[in-house]
Amino acid sequence: MSKQRKTHVSTTVNGEPCEFLCEPTQVLSDVLRNNLNLTGTKEGCNTGDCGACSVMLDGALVCACLVLAVEVQDRDIETIEGVAKEGKLHPIQQKLLEHAALQCGICTPGVVIASKALLEKNPDPSESEVRYWLAGNLCRCTGYDKIIRAVLDAGAVMRGE
Amino acid sequence: MTINVKTDFKYVGTRPIRPDGLDKVTGRAMYGADLNVQGMIYGHIVRSPYAHAKIKSIDFSEALKLPGVLATMSADDLPDPGDIKIPGGEVDFELKVFSPIIMARGKVFFHAQAVAAVAATSASLAAEAAKLVKVEYEILPHVLDVHAAAREDAPLLHDDVFTQGVDPVPTKPSNVSAQLELKMGDIDAGFAKADLVIERTYCVPMCHQGYIEPHACVAQIDESGKVDIWCCTQGAFMVRTLTSAITGIDVGKFKVTPSEIGGGFGGKTTVYIEPVAVILAQKSGRPVKIVMSREDVFRASGPVSSSETRVKIGVTKDGKITAIDTDIVMDSGAFSSSPIFPAVMFGSACYRCDNIRSSGTEVLTNKPKVYAYRAPGAPQPMLAVECVINEIAQKLNMDPIDFRLLNAVDEGDVPLFGVPFQAIGLKTALREAKKHPNYQAVLKENQGRGVGAAFWINAGMQSSATINVSEDGRINVLTGNPDIGGSRASMALMAAEVLGVPMETIRPTVVDTDSIAYSDLTGGSRTTLATGGAVIKAAEALVEELKKRAAALWALDIKEIEWVDGKAVAANGEKVFTLAELAAKAGVTGGPLCAVASHNAHNAAPSFAVNVCDVEVDRETGKVDILRYTCVQDAGKAIHPAYVEGQMQGGAVQGIGWALNEEYLFNERGELDNAGFLDYRIPVASDLPMIDTVIVEVPNPLHPYGVRGVGEVSICPPMPAVVTAVNQAAGILVCDLPLSPPKVLAAIDA
Repeated sequence: MSKQRKTHVSTTVNGEPCEFLCEPTQVLSDVLRNNLNLTGTKEGCNTGDCGACSVMLDGALVCACLVLAVEVQDRDIETIEGVAKEGKLHPIQQKLLEHAALQCGICTPGVVIASKALLEKNPDPSESEVRYWLAGNLCRCTGYDKIIRAVLDAGAVMRGE
Repeated sequence: MTINVKTDFKYVGTRPIRPDGLDKVTGRAMYGADLNVQGMIYGHIVRSPYAHAKIKSIDFSEALKLPGVLATMSADDLPDPGDIKIPGGEVDFELKVFSPIIMARGKVFFHAQAVAAVAATSASLAAEAAKLVKVEYEILPHVLDVHAAAREDAPLLHDDVFTQGVDPVPTKPSNVSAQLELKMGDIDAGFAKADLVIERTYCVPMCHQGYIEPHACVAQIDESGKVDIWCCTQGAFMVRTLTSAITGIDVGKFKVTPSEIGGGFGGKTTVYIEPVAVILAQKSGRPVKIVMSREDVFRASGPVSSSETRVKIGVTKDGKITAIDTDIVMDSGAFSSSPIFPAVMFGSACYRCDNIRSSGTEVLTNKPKVYAYRAPGAPQPMLAVECVINEIAQKLNMDPIDFRLLNAVDEGDVPLFGVPFQAIGLKTALREAKKHPNYQAVLKENQGRGVGAAFWINAGMQSSATINVSEDGRINVLTGNPDIGGSRASMALMAAEVLGVPMETIRPTVVDTDSIAYSDLTGGSRTTLATGGAVIKAAEALVEELKKRAAALWALDIKEIEWVDGKAVAANGEKVFTLAELAAKAGVTGGPLCAVASHNAHNAAPSFAVNVCDVEVDRETGKVDILRYTCVQDAGKAIHPAYVEGQMQGGAVQGIGWALNEEYLFNERGELDNAGFLDYRIPVASDLPMIDTVIVEVPNPLHPYGVRGVGEVSICPPMPAVVTAVNQAAGILVCDLPLSPPKVLAAIDA
């Protein structure tokens, strides 16, 4: 391999300034997990098919495995580690627990990020809207039933119902 | 044997938040690929580009020229398996069907079989170095189809495989690795009594367990030779046993720490990468991490046998089954590993019938070696049996549930596998399914309904548990079974029940192989029954100890002490010690409070499930929509009902995926063409409705809490329920799964 210089990237992760050096081929999920030790973002496929690496990039829901790490210069990244704030769970986290909506839990961080993005965009989604929004987050354990109920329930909590 | 089965519970049967929940919703929980350790380097596995070939040479010289490449390995670094046996719980395993999956020895038998490995200072460097490993092959003709493979003139995979189960033992090697037949009654006489006979052949494709977390591990070896493995697995002790056997390193040198596990469904009941990481760590002197790619998981970790089941069932005109005859052929991939025995034994276990014949054939082909998937061997034959049962009920103008009630097994019946049933819940489940509102829903045009019933044996086996009490009375429950779907919650609930303290005061932990006595793996639906049994035993021993301590403090006889709601009580309630008070005084009453239980569970009992599926078929596109789905299942006792429902729903959706979409597509070269989640499409949220559940509780008469085990039977009824519904809705009879849109459309247009 030709000796390539690593690239220096300055970015913001969960509201905090952050810098890292990465290889030009490294994707964001790899850097989050292996350079920054933010292993809550999971890797199930590295082809953008499973949604386990869902993160927010400048307010948009993306698969971190499809973003080159060098692309996040001066961007704003939110990961699962930034969702619970000041020792308090986000309603979607709380409702996933209450509904027993995880079994193995590997898809859960991605589901949390994607569901939170949905509820911020559409505070009162229908069951069908939740199902289509989460169609990119694969879960092999639950059959989705309890996840969908948890998201609908979290929406109700966030609306103050 | 009968025991007192508890029926009044305080904590068991409630739905508390799982103890490991916070870590899992916040991303803190550590899975297989989440551990990075000091000095760690990365392993990468070189895989065969051919489905069948001799390995003539392996040349690492170019790879080793790359700075940062620190170790290489091949089968030469592993002991020759010969005829070495790996000690199993009840049966021994043959090392020669495990070792070549880790590293091919002399020959590759399937595309993407591991051939060599390298370790380097970064993952990208290791991948680059792997490309520089030169492997010279002599390509051999391969065979992918079971019928072609079974022919005398087929390319032979192994010259040391002789068909098992044939008398006399054959002298010529064969790709047909096993044959068996079980019979009861007189099958011909049974069919002679029948007024209606239906015979069909149902085919199920090879599929994958589809867990979202790829296999991952970190191995390191210290200067004394002690091996530490961190990995995602269904059984840390299994990893210890297999990795020791495969590497030839003494079992006592291993410590295996199970990470959180991101799904397994049977697919993580063996090893693929751990022995490679151990050898690379040994040769490099550095900790080695290996994470399988998704593509490699599909290509080279255990898929599930494809099958062809011919079934012929005879009934009288009033709906009594007189004969069931089945032949099943299973593709085991390149090594004997298919669930042909359970497939032959259990396919017709739901029905009372005097005349049953069931035979099975296992065939080896140049495909990845199959491995366990949820209720291994049962879904395939049950698809065929149940679909024919539905067809028969329709021909007789009988409700399919009424037909099953007329023929369902019950207490005292002896199934083909010979063990008489004790109290079982099949009939109760059928009645619950029939009275469910979904079963009353009126079907419209292009809609259909299918019913499936199923049986699964469930396992017991060995487990251990340790309970420690801290000085403030909090309880630590340690077990050796990875928590794959909420088992920490059920361990804590059972301990709470015995100890009479709230679950919130109990911390259940899954520990490494150095920190607890042996436990068989998490699988066979056994954890709640067997490991839970060990927890109950340990908790009961702890209660005895607590009573002894209270008796000592009060100078009373232990017989005068009662344990009530987490307290030692004596003298008609005038003397009371809470658990916390006893814990605080432990130092003066005999030392730290703890209890250990060793358990070999011989009290497993079968589970039955009934599913009802309503679908609508789009006649323009062949697409199937699931309208309503109902799962009814006998849990014996649901320790944490929400996680029991979860097992039912998850199994149902896996079965729906298998019925409608999932299949391995091999090209003519034997390469898997759909080795990714885009093209191997598991069900997504928008494919499905809510999955309705009804838990039936017919207690297991052999378990103190009535537990049966719930994880596996749930995947058995969906395929026949879905397939029958689709065929009925579209007015077709497709018996070749999956019922994907092109296939359904072709049948509609035929």
